[in-house]
Amino acid sequence: MVHMLLQVQDAQTAVAVAKSTNALLGAGIGLGLAAIGAGIGVGLIGSRATEAIARQPQASGDIRGAMILTAALVEGVALVACVFALLFKILA
Amino acid sequence: MMALLQQPDIGRLIFEHTADSHIVELPFGLGEWHLPTGWTLFGIDVSPTRHVVFMGLAAICVFLSVMIAKRAIVRRHRENRAPGGFGTAIEAMVIFVRDDIVLPAMGHGGEKYLPYILTLFFFIMFCNFFGLLPWGATATGNIAVTAGLALISFVVIEVSGMIALGPKGYLKTIVMVPPGMTGIGAVAMAFILTPIEIIGKLVKPFALCLRLFANMTGGHFVILSLMGLIFIFASWLVAGASVLMILFMLSLELLVALLQAYIFALLTSVFIGMMLHEH
Repeated sequence: MVHMLLQVQDAQTAVAVAKSTNALLGAGIGLGLAAIGAGIGVGLIGSRATEAIARQPQASGDIRGAMILTAALVEGVALVACVFALLFKILA
Repeated sequence: MMALLQQPDIGRLIFEHTADSHIVELPFGLGEWHLPTGWTLFGIDVSPTRHVVFMGLAAICVFLSVMIAKRAIVRRHRENRAPGGFGTAIEAMVIFVRDDIVLPAMGHGGEKYLPYILTLFFFIMFCNFFGLLPWGATATGNIAVTAGLALISFVVIEVSGMIALGPKGYLKTIVMVPPGMTGIGAVAMAFILTPIEIIGKLVKPFALCLRLFANMTGGHFVILSLMGLIFIFASWLVAGASVLMILFMLSLELLVALLQAYIFALLTSVFIGMMLHEH
């Protein structure tokens, strides 16, 4: 980040460089927060699913199916954040 | 002992492997197939690209697999043999889609939409699998492809609602009034809930599109980044660890390829079912 600022000659490229730096910083922080959310979400799914299987082992097939499906849906939300971070990188 | 570090541009490598291009790499070093450019239709560039070629391949594979499966099953019935073989595998998948995706979501009116959901499932599955093969490209890793699939699903969902509910019933799904409210309360709730309903109708296919695109592209990004690590570090230890991680990620990608096809088909059938059973 510092070496990009050192190359700046005038105000306009300074603004452009600052915008792109800020955009990438925002994208990175947003992506990290989304990853935290996904981690907590999928962890909760896994914990409740194993608890349910422990309570009733004969339902383990149904529970496993529901767990994988719900995990994929929760991951989808985190991956939407990925797509927007990519968009920030491309746009700035 | 410092190896000569070549610094390839990993970002450019990742982008070139996942994005669309006009060159199809033929397998086993046979060279490259340069696709024709410059076909325009009403000013829009419609020249075939790599993802178009792979979509065509996936479509041919869907058609061939179902045709071959049909003939195999008919032959097995004629010869009174036990189930087994390629035809039975495809039959098992079709029965899975029918009994676990379409009929639970749509109830008794579901058979009309079964061909569409089956095509969706098999097409997305084959597209995803072609991306995992060497020299393959993931057509569903292109947001235009998934947007097209989501758009077609959106049209099917809304038209199914219009057919099943009639024009007045369909309008009731947009200008939604919670049941049991009359008078000023109903008008106020309609004002608040109508934009929410419209946004909901648009967001659901948008989420379908983004989910499929992000899952396919994200997996390939991770695999290509791990390969790029080998070039950055240029050490045997890192190469070994990286290859093991890549193996694990590829098996996860296999699961994700099947799962995302299943989820796209499931959510489309759930949305159609919600429209069919509004009353």
